[in-house]
Amino acid sequence: MKKSIAFLVVMLMAYFGNAQIVEVCNSCDITSVSEAITAAKDFDTVIVKKGIYKDYNIVIDKPLTIIGENHPVIDGELKGEIVTITSDNVTLDGFSIINVGTSYTEDYAAIRVRRSNNFVIKNVVLEKLFFGIYVEKSSYGKIYKNKIIGDAVQEYNSGNGIQLWYSNHIEIENNYVAHVRDGIYLEFSDDCLIKNNVSTENLRYGLHFMFSNNDTYQDNTFKNNGAGVAVMFSKKLKMLNNTFKENWGTASYGMLLKEINDAEIIGNTFEKNTIGINIEGSNRIVYKNNEFLNNGWAVKVRGACYANSFVENNFLYNSFDVSYNSKVNDNVFDRNYWSNYTGYDLNKDGVGDVPYRPVKLFSYIVNRTPETIILLRSLFIDIMDFSEKVSPVFTPDNLFDNNPLIKKNTW
Amino acid sequence: MLKILKYSFYDLMRSRWSYVYFAFYLLLGIVLLFLNNDLSKAVITLMNVIIVLVPLIGTIFGVMYYYNSKEFTELLLAQPLKRSSIFLGQYLGVALSLSMSLILGLGIPFVFYGLFESSAIWNFSLLLITGTFLTLIFTALAFNIALSNENKIKGFGYAILLWLFLAIIYDGLFLMTLIMFEDYPLDKLSLVGTMLNPIDLSRTLILLKLDISALLGYTGAVFKQFFGTNFGLVVSFIMLSIWVVLPVLRIVFKSKRKDF
Repeated sequence: MKKSIAFLVVMLMAYFGNAQIVEVCNSCDITSVSEAITAAKDFDTVIVKKGIYKDYNIVIDKPLTIIGENHPVIDGELKGEIVTITSDNVTLDGFSIINVGTSYTEDYAAIRVRRSNNFVIKNVVLEKLFFGIYVEKSSYGKIYKNKIIGDAVQEYNSGNGIQLWYSNHIEIENNYVAHVRDGIYLEFSDDCLIKNNVSTENLRYGLHFMFSNNDTYQDNTFKNNGAGVAVMFSKKLKMLNNTFKENWGTASYGMLLKEINDAEIIGNTFEKNTIGINIEGSNRIVYKNNEFLNNGWAVKVRGACYANSFVENNFLYNSFDVSYNSKVNDNVFDRNYWSNYTGYDLNKDGVGDVPYRPVKLFSYIVNRTPETIILLRSLFIDIMDFSEKVSPVFTPDNLFDNNPLIKKNTW
Repeated sequence: MLKILKYSFYDLMRSRWSYVYFAFYLLLGIVLLFLNNDLSKAVITLMNVIIVLVPLIGTIFGVMYYYNSKEFTELLLAQPLKRSSIFLGQYLGVALSLSMSLILGLGIPFVFYGLFESSAIWNFSLLLITGTFLTLIFTALAFNIALSNENKIKGFGYAILLWLFLAIIYDGLFLMTLIMFEDYPLDKLSLVGTMLNPIDLSRTLILLKLDISALLGYTGAVFKQFFGTNFGLVVSFIMLSIWVVLPVLRIVFKSKRKDF
């Protein structure tokens, strides 16, 4: 009996514990990653030594751990897709992957993950790419500490840095994405976490959400992207402590919300954007503890936005704090700090005694006739704004912050 | 002409008003810097003040000086002097002393604050240059008004009306025009409209040099394409120079024919 148990243990060890190591280098028996994958058994570890490997269409169809030592380079020589992961439980760690082919009919990616669960992609550097990491119909993956630097010039012939398509429960953390079309793009992907990433100088959006629900993105920095961050047609998102910065341009915004319902936008910083947040058809959103600093428009409400609440935010030195294009208002503004507030606080409770009207008549006029912006800060405009403030005719008359704070919100 | 310029200049330097004007800007500069602690913010606030006050003070001061020194002028006219040099000397005396009060009054606190180490130095220089231009323009316009009107009250009335028109009413009309023709492409019209008023031109020049420049959205880009380039800057300064030269020429023309 004892013997048979010992035998069983040995057998099990042989099966599970004896995961082998397959080494790849330019002077080894195995000189390419594809060969190593063919040679390896399930749950083996493939170690790739430093060097340049010219290879493309590498398909990882077994659960393998593939580790690059000292960042070996896989050069696709612009021939097509480079790495495709089709098996569950694959780990890819520490590679430089360069020269992905460009195609107008297929989305070639540096790393494509297809119908795989529990994959891990980390410490990968992608350069000269079309699409970076393309995840389709895969779940429970982790993508972290990667660096994706493209050289996109035009939108029609460039791809996205990290793209998720019908993929749920993915964690994207500590990545750096620059110079691609969309930094991070989610389509039909739920329950994902996007954290601590930096997405900058991308042609179109730093982050792009489409039809993706219950996702959280926090502590990310989106800086100087073509059109900022776009969040569209999604529900129950959490956007926490992100920084949206220097998204300057003719049609550029820190964040664009379109058809977003029941989201939480808390603790974000919007700094020096043409438009801080552009809101269209978005309902029941909580804006709390955000800081709007030096934006052209801090919040631009385009219409069909109901039951949103703006509570305890700081609006600092924006050219326009809030702009509306209609007289209807169903949103609540309460306990914000407005740097343009000129009221007083006689009972010293920290709350201004006169309500603040964040919508200026001039912002209404600029909405109607954009060219009038050239009169910004003219004395005539100041006088006009003042008289509108005293008796509102064109701007929503029920839109005011009843408790404007005297001192900045701190949190 | 230089001698008369010197007389007028020293005369004004000794007068109380130059000191008040100088002290006002000195105080403004100091207060702004201590309250703001941020140089580019202070430049924006200063711009708001300069755009309104410099033209006002230029006009009023110009008219006032002309009427006050009328007896001295008549005395000078009896001498074998060219008329143009008498009036140009007086004009430059007033304009230069006002510009000096402005530049020194604002410059001193900013220099002490550490302007030379700051990146705001170009914005600040632009502010002072446009301020000086506005002084030159509005003093010249004031002399024109004073030369054409013997009646002091009428002269002052016209001077204030001129300021009111260029600083406020013009913008109102401009705004109405833009709204009325909103169905048409307006960028050319708004550029021309801005160019025609020295106050608007100065305001736009400074605004587009400051950070707000990129924040003007779609139409802002059109203006930035024009004013942001060297070509636009040169055209703007040529326009401001024309605004100085034309009234000065009229001073010369008018003073030659005027019967004292």
